[in-house]
Amino acid sequence: MDLSVRIGSLTLHNPLVAASGCFGYGVEYADVIDLASLGAVAVKGLFLAEREGHPAPRIVETPAGMLNAIGLQGIGVRRFVAEKLPELRARRATVIVNICGSTLDEYVELARILSDADGVGALELNISCPNIKEGGIQFGCSLNGTFDVVSAVRKVTTLPVMPKLTPNVTSVASFARAAEEAGADAVSLVNTFLAMAIDVETRRPKLSNIVGGLSGPAIRPIAVRMVYECHQAVKIPIVGMGGIADARDALEFMIAGAAAVQVGTASFVDPFIWSKLLDGIRDYMQRHRIERVADLVGTVDTTEQDKEWISS
Amino acid sequence: MPPLDLSAEVTSNTPLSADYNVLALAAPAIAAAVSPGQFVMLKPAGGYDPLLRRPFSVFEVLRDARGAPKGISILNKRIGPTTDLVYAARPGQRIACLGPLGRPFTPIEPPGEAWLVAGGVGLAPFASLAETLGGRGVRTTLFYGARRAAELFYLDFFRHLGVELALTTEDGSAGERGRVVEPFERELAARPPTAPIMVYACGPERMLAATARAAARSGRPCQVSVERIMGCGLGGCYSCVVPMKDEHGAAHHVRSCLSGPVLPADRIVWD
Repeated sequence: MDLSVRIGSLTLHNPLVAASGCFGYGVEYADVIDLASLGAVAVKGLFLAEREGHPAPRIVETPAGMLNAIGLQGIGVRRFVAEKLPELRARRATVIVNICGSTLDEYVELARILSDADGVGALELNISCPNIKEGGIQFGCSLNGTFDVVSAVRKVTTLPVMPKLTPNVTSVASFARAAEEAGADAVSLVNTFLAMAIDVETRRPKLSNIVGGLSGPAIRPIAVRMVYECHQAVKIPIVGMGGIADARDALEFMIAGAAAVQVGTASFVDPFIWSKLLDGIRDYMQRHRIERVADLVGTVDTTEQDKEWISS
Repeated sequence: MPPLDLSAEVTSNTPLSADYNVLALAAPAIAAAVSPGQFVMLKPAGGYDPLLRRPFSVFEVLRDARGAPKGISILNKRIGPTTDLVYAARPGQRIACLGPLGRPFTPIEPPGEAWLVAGGVGLAPFASLAETLGGRGVRTTLFYGARRAAELFYLDFFRHLGVELALTTEDGSAGERGRVVEPFERELAARPPTAPIMVYACGPERMLAATARAAARSGRPCQVSVERIMGCGLGGCYSCVVPMKDEHGAAHHVRSCLSGPVLPADRIVWD
């Protein structure tokens, strides 16, 4: 049974990736699970500089989901390379570094620094964080901006480049196309849906940032639809995410068109979810006699069904 | 030790009032590993509503007749969906229990004295701490405040351990009328500044801030157990941050799940 998948020049030995922003820098989990057992670890979004992020409260639960507005707290790329990357290397983790800038130059500088570092498998361009004004999202909400940031990074790195797309646009597929045309090796989608929750007793927003990003099972059907649409629109691999909580959910994304999947919110609830997801995928492949998991990608069958019995 | 995720059986659920209960869980491996001040992440129901686990301080370490750890208990107060489920849990039911997590209290040795300051459900981490301190022969006082007499729990438990009690209620129905910080601060002022006292505090944020200020004024070290909304308990989500000063006085957001929940009070930036 072959669980490996390819993201540009990067081969993941299985399709499960810990989602950026949901797994710290990976090292937090080094004694909890075997980091090498994951397809990859997408680390928390990094700017050039250290950032403190928003004050608490930063998360709030909603039906089958949660809102977050962390505000991209982070240690900055240099401390990441010096303090976290060596341990990730020692643990044999495949590392996808999520990078975030407020200017094109910042993305380019981040890409240069990380291309020179030892142990980076790919770059995920964060152009979709809904919670901060000055970073990323202005690129992710404009087709030209997406094209420009991907091309600029593409020019300075040979690492696989994968912009992470926001769902807070009319047509995610057109952004996937812009990324592909600019030379992206893959796209990941979706980031969180911009949302809000209010305490009606106090009439105060439940998050210090007023608004935040919705994740969790509540968003899954919308994310699956967006992955499906992007798979129709581009040839580059898609890394799908949005509310995956069990193996069936992961398979659903792959059948819709995702070559690999990221899991975030569900690993908050169950940090040991990874082996359960893998077991479920293996079991499915056995039952359906699928030798290579890559053969499952985009196999949703939408051919015309014989529906005559409905009307007759 | 890495945390364990146990499907822990509820062995008993004792209501203390209409809002408070003590839930006992069979979790020998967690009970054997936990230190006072550490917490567990509980998910009392499967499914997506509520979706996330919720952090709870470990209240008691439960032991069998021979003294071997067999489980833990949780002091719970109903404030939302998860705590409602914990309140209503039935013996025999299983609850996902991840732990032990976080940094514990640092217990002192004699001749140091321990002063515990608890507000409401903030009593939670002090049962096991008082036991540990008692085992070391540390003279311990518990300053414990609640809204009313009926919400002061486990007093005999602490008395049995030899803990001196200073009680307050907001309505004056037991102990002194007022806030728990008042007798704490008064007693502190009555002691010579050279008397070695370690202050431990857990409760509402304003009570913690007032306790921290009083301890600082008298030059006493103070360890506080903070409560924040937590997504994961493992450092993954960055939701449970507390603003803390570094050695240069600059404030940083520190994750209370990894660096805490027990934190040095003099480093916290209190609003």
